[in-house]
Amino acid sequence: MAGIARREWFSLFGQTAARRSPRDAIRARYFPNVVLRTHEGRPVRFYDDLVRDKIVVINFMYATCEGVCPGITLNLARVQKLLGDRIGRDIFMYSITLKPEQDSPAVLSDYVAMHGIGPGWLFLTGDPADVELLRRTLGFVNPDPALDADSSQHIGNIRYGSEPRLLWAACPGLAEPHWIVESLGWLDDHGGAARGEGNTSEPSRQETWR
Amino acid sequence: MRGRGGEIARRHAAANRRALIKAGLSRRALMKLGLLTSSGYLIAKNGLSARASGGNPQSPPTRAFIEPMPIMPVKQPVGALSPAPTAAPNTVAGEGRTRSHQAFARFPPRKLYEVHQRAGLVSMSPDLPLQSIWGFDGITPGPTYIARYGEPILVRNFNDLPADNGGFGLNEVSTHQHNGHTPSESDGFPCDFFRAGQFYDQHYPNVLAGFDSTHPPLGDPNEALSTLWYHDHRADFTSQNVYKGLAGTYLLFNDKDTGDETTGFRLPSGEFDVPLIVSDKVFDEDGQLFFDLFNLDGILGDKFLVNGKIQPFFEVHPRRYRFRLLDAGPSRFYQFFLTDPDAPGTTLPFWQIANDGNLLPKPVQVTNVLLSVAERADIIIDFSGLAGRSVVLENRLEQVDGRGPTGRLLPAGQGNQLLRFDVVLPPVADNSQDPATIAKFYDMPAVEPPRVTRTFRFERGNGQWQINGRFFDCNDVRLRVKKNSAEQWVLQNNSGGWQHPIHIHFEEFQVLSRNGQPPQGAQRSRKDVVRLGFNEEIVLFMRFRDFVGRYPMHCHNTVHEDHAMMLRWEIDEVGDLNPEP
Repeated sequence: MAGIARREWFSLFGQTAARRSPRDAIRARYFPNVVLRTHEGRPVRFYDDLVRDKIVVINFMYATCEGVCPGITLNLARVQKLLGDRIGRDIFMYSITLKPEQDSPAVLSDYVAMHGIGPGWLFLTGDPADVELLRRTLGFVNPDPALDADSSQHIGNIRYGSEPRLLWAACPGLAEPHWIVESLGWLDDHGGAARGEGNTSEPSRQETWR
Repeated sequence: MRGRGGEIARRHAAANRRALIKAGLSRRALMKLGLLTSSGYLIAKNGLSARASGGNPQSPPTRAFIEPMPIMPVKQPVGALSPAPTAAPNTVAGEGRTRSHQAFARFPPRKLYEVHQRAGLVSMSPDLPLQSIWGFDGITPGPTYIARYGEPILVRNFNDLPADNGGFGLNEVSTHQHNGHTPSESDGFPCDFFRAGQFYDQHYPNVLAGFDSTHPPLGDPNEALSTLWYHDHRADFTSQNVYKGLAGTYLLFNDKDTGDETTGFRLPSGEFDVPLIVSDKVFDEDGQLFFDLFNLDGILGDKFLVNGKIQPFFEVHPRRYRFRLLDAGPSRFYQFFLTDPDAPGTTLPFWQIANDGNLLPKPVQVTNVLLSVAERADIIIDFSGLAGRSVVLENRLEQVDGRGPTGRLLPAGQGNQLLRFDVVLPPVADNSQDPATIAKFYDMPAVEPPRVTRTFRFERGNGQWQINGRFFDCNDVRLRVKKNSAEQWVLQNNSGGWQHPIHIHFEEFQVLSRNGQPPQGAQRSRKDVVRLGFNEEIVLFMRFRDFVGRYPMHCHNTVHEDHAMMLRWEIDEVGDLNPEP
């Protein structure tokens, strides 16, 4: 130790001032409050309007994607159905386009209609620079620059988390819809499986496998 | 941001210089240690993230080798547990277990332990503020269990973790005993997690594989395990919870590896038998432990900890020591060398005696050991000729992202300096045996024709980790193994971009071949983690004796593991013959 106290050493760095709350640190690092536009044409702020105080499911896609996107969208549509009216109430689903130049709100709106997607799941576009910033901060990035530049190779995971509980994880977008729903249930207090209001009489998946 | 970063760096540099002067460390001494650049900056290599977005901050500067390395306390048994342990889950009393102990009556616990997973405040460096961690008994690493074959124990885990996680971690846990011959319900299966406020009894029979099958009644002596560890295994949150501190060491002794250097194999014992738990971490601009929540590929730290301290020193006597090296992750591969700071070009050999905690057929003299996440190496270092000097445990394997090491070896003295051994304590008796004269520990267990050969491809598709094109799901039993049978498992990595440390729970396996070649030297051993390198194919001999139930196989890069590079398999009385589960 050579006679230097921890506090003393640390104060030399001017870092004894109050630190940010972990929640603020996560917001500052991962959730730029950029303005996006929904498939309904409504402007929304990413953190304030879409993430704060919510359980969210986030993925990236684009309307003309013929690789993993159709499978993931179908999968998430099943997730939406399984979760019933929790979607849009305390769980929110967001699909952000990787090709904002092509995917206008109108294009995304057609995509929503074509896939029969219900309310509570927003498709989002915006300024390309903002979308790229989000893609990077949310970690939908391939470490190989060549692969990262190829949108057909884009990251097919879905990010799920509870902003107020500071719980964040991810799972494959092509995982079984039931499994995605079970994973979302871990974000609830006490880890009970997430279920739609209409399904409360059924045993949760978490219990059935045990 | 760049301007602010530069300003901070300048402020740090000035503060560093003041602090160094105050601390009485000369610039020359620090430069010699590679800790100070000529411009006066303390070395603080960028916190490397696998994430192309550069998700990690750069840790604040910390000084090396200014605090002693902690030795974790030995976990002490309790006289009784209330309520008393039961074979069936005591759900009414708040136990989170869902299945009965399958070997409780046959191996009644002779020692009882009580451990609490809870939050704690620890110092990882005097140059950083106290850190909020989650640890077994509130410390990290957790206490060391000293167990013996023939002495079954029961550990009652209490989940006392808070709902407020401070930024990462989920307060639901499943403690995996890596890698005992342990019944499934006590193994720490990723989906057998229990909640805050609940407890979970884990029954460790401490019994040799084969006790109820090939080698009744005591099991195959050649299957004896020595160095195990325990860590949280909560599905999807393992990387966060282990990074937050939920890991420790579990040592097993028997009548040969006795824990007494005057008997049996006469391996260095007592204070001369020391676990070294290695992990790498990153700290944010406030000096707080940082975890990159949105990383999918692997997390690398820019600070290296041994037994919970950043770059500690360890004062030793000039004699032989047994060290039990563990790469506790989350993602980094290490190649450990002993470096003489005064003569980095000198090769300092040592002895490897165990691989993944399994004693080898006999000691092998080496100049380095390569460990991927969760692999262990027991080594013997003889300090008797080094009195008055220091040697540094150095990682010289270059790794720049979560994909795996580049394969490049950094020059001696330019790698990651983890721990400095100072041979400054007085000479003492050494009753351990010179490893050069040890002719045999255990024979390799016999192999037999497999009932089935199964192939597993470890892949990545659109960033989604998968095995044979599928993802982990607690509900999905991918294969069923017939109890007491033998199988051959072929692990394939068709990628030149990623490496994976593959861990299979339950019995130790033997590597039959790696890319067609049989293993040599210290790789000819029993293992429970195998490094699956770029474009490699590894053939394993597997056995599944004595117990039934669910177990996983997974990549032990905990970030890959949490993102579905795992599968559930089961041992039952029938099994299946699926060649590509």
